[in-house]
Amino acid sequence: MISEARRQKAMEIIRGFPQKSSAVIPLLHLWQDEEGYLSDDAIAEVAEIMGMPPAEVQEVVSFYSMFHRRPLGRYHIEVCRSLSCALMGGRDILDHLRRRLGVGLNEPTPDGLFSVGAVECLARCDLAPVGQVNLEYTDRLTPEGVDRLLADLRARAEGGGAGA
Amino acid sequence: MPEGGAATAFEPVLFKDIDTPELYRRQVYEAHEGYAALRRALGGEGSERMTPEAVLEEVRVSNLRGRGGAGFPTARKWQFLPPPDGGPRYLVCNADESEPGTFKDHEILRKNPHMLIEGMILAGYAMRATRGFIYLRGEFAQPKRVVDAAIREAYEAGYLGRDILGSGFDFDLSTYLGAGAYICGEETALLDSLEGKRGFPRLRPPFPAVAGLYGRPTVVNNVETLANVPAIVRRGGAWFASLGTERSGGTKIFSISGRVARPGNYEYPMGTPLRVLLYEAAGGPLPGRAFKAVIPGGGSAGLLVPSQFDLPMDFEPIAQAGSMLGSAGVIVMDDSTCMVRAATWLMEFYADESCGKCTPCREGTKWLEMALERIETGRGTPDDLELLQGLPGQILGNTFCGLGDAAVGFLMSAVRHFWPEFEAHVAEGRCPSGGDGR
Repeated sequence: MISEARRQKAMEIIRGFPQKSSAVIPLLHLWQDEEGYLSDDAIAEVAEIMGMPPAEVQEVVSFYSMFHRRPLGRYHIEVCRSLSCALMGGRDILDHLRRRLGVGLNEPTPDGLFSVGAVECLARCDLAPVGQVNLEYTDRLTPEGVDRLLADLRARAEGGGAGA
Repeated sequence: MPEGGAATAFEPVLFKDIDTPELYRRQVYEAHEGYAALRRALGGEGSERMTPEAVLEEVRVSNLRGRGGAGFPTARKWQFLPPPDGGPRYLVCNADESEPGTFKDHEILRKNPHMLIEGMILAGYAMRATRGFIYLRGEFAQPKRVVDAAIREAYEAGYLGRDILGSGFDFDLSTYLGAGAYICGEETALLDSLEGKRGFPRLRPPFPAVAGLYGRPTVVNNVETLANVPAIVRRGGAWFASLGTERSGGTKIFSISGRVARPGNYEYPMGTPLRVLLYEAAGGPLPGRAFKAVIPGGGSAGLLVPSQFDLPMDFEPIAQAGSMLGSAGVIVMDDSTCMVRAATWLMEFYADESCGKCTPCREGTKWLEMALERIETGRGTPDDLELLQGLPGQILGNTFCGLGDAAVGFLMSAVRHFWPEFEAHVAEGRCPSGGDGR
């Protein structure tokens, strides 16, 4: 069931475009932002609002790397693996994080708190190695700094705080 | 140029006030000549008001060329639009900054969004566009918030919307957030994405000027390109042209990253020698290191070696040297860098980002990625080496869009300049440089 509030938001997004088709990616963002990932139900709901077959919505979803069909950790930590960051140790950070958490890419930890993703150039190479936590930038990553980041986020989660 | 040489003297355009606190707020921008060009062009009375043709003429005279990578003359791109037919015409700003090693647009977006907005209104006026979009890559959620707030401020001030400054010109503008796909930086793939589809590049012709967004006349320009327009209108095209070289007007933001002392965005005149950027701006190599190779224009450009560091950073000279100025994302490698590993990292990127529409790119990048990974991890064979010599030439020029050429640019130049490193990896079954893991 789509909540009335979200349906209203969706309609507002659709009205913002000269043609309705443009709204599908913004709607998918809306659903993913609120639910953390795109479930089958989410795809069906977006399809219903857009007046598109769910398969066509899925076709769009599968093309874009930021749309996730499975739940991620509450804190999704992404590290850039492109050349500028890699030259400054970005890939070592990625390996360090995965070892620390014992997870594969985009796979949440058993407690659901963290997941790790590899991303391409985030356009902040001056601060390499760069990453994002729930799409907020974090930079000049070091193995020690990443350990502190994990501890901070864990403390924030235990303290009942909201997102990153 | 030796370290500590005389600093290059010039007048900055884009970064003139970039470190002013809260420049992203309209009043602060206005206190630094912000929206003066718009007021002059659209707000004047009678003959003082500039016609759309007059704005276009200043841009033509300015020798402004596309800052997204191709270097196409901006005014000519606008002139490709057919005459207005009463229907919608679109101006789309490409803020899908995804070229590896490029981070200039992000700085403009987060620090000076009004400069881009003013540039878009002026450009929209010149080409009689009715609606603008700023297509931001999906990862730019943070800059999007800044740009959205600036757009709201511009509406409140009457710079956007109906009858802007009493000129009779209407222009609406909004942002659009992509969702993670390098290919959407290619302008026709971007338009497909903006229409709500998978971002596949389109067959051209028809060009977007004729049939772009929703099949209507459309111009797609990069952030930095559009951000130059207010200064061009305010100071005149001739002034802007005089800052650069004969064929490329103005200044350029060079994003310098990698193995260098002071990475960052630096504005310099078009045609500034690479050496000045590397030493004067970026402070030379990291302590105890020596430069080995530099990519002058983002991950898609071939590398240059130290004997080429006196080349002027302008489209033609860098192309003649077998590389490209591209996005001017300058990625620096030093004597700790294994060129095979750098080539592997880059090929992984292109293999991942190939949209899969055409075979040479989809298959070729994957094959090269696998061969490079074998060589880099000491499992390479003479056949793999042969593949590196032969296959890139079969991708080059044979793909649907520029991604195929981009994918092999670095590899072909690394093979040309550093072939013994590739051979040694296969002969010794390991990376001969040992190095510090980078």
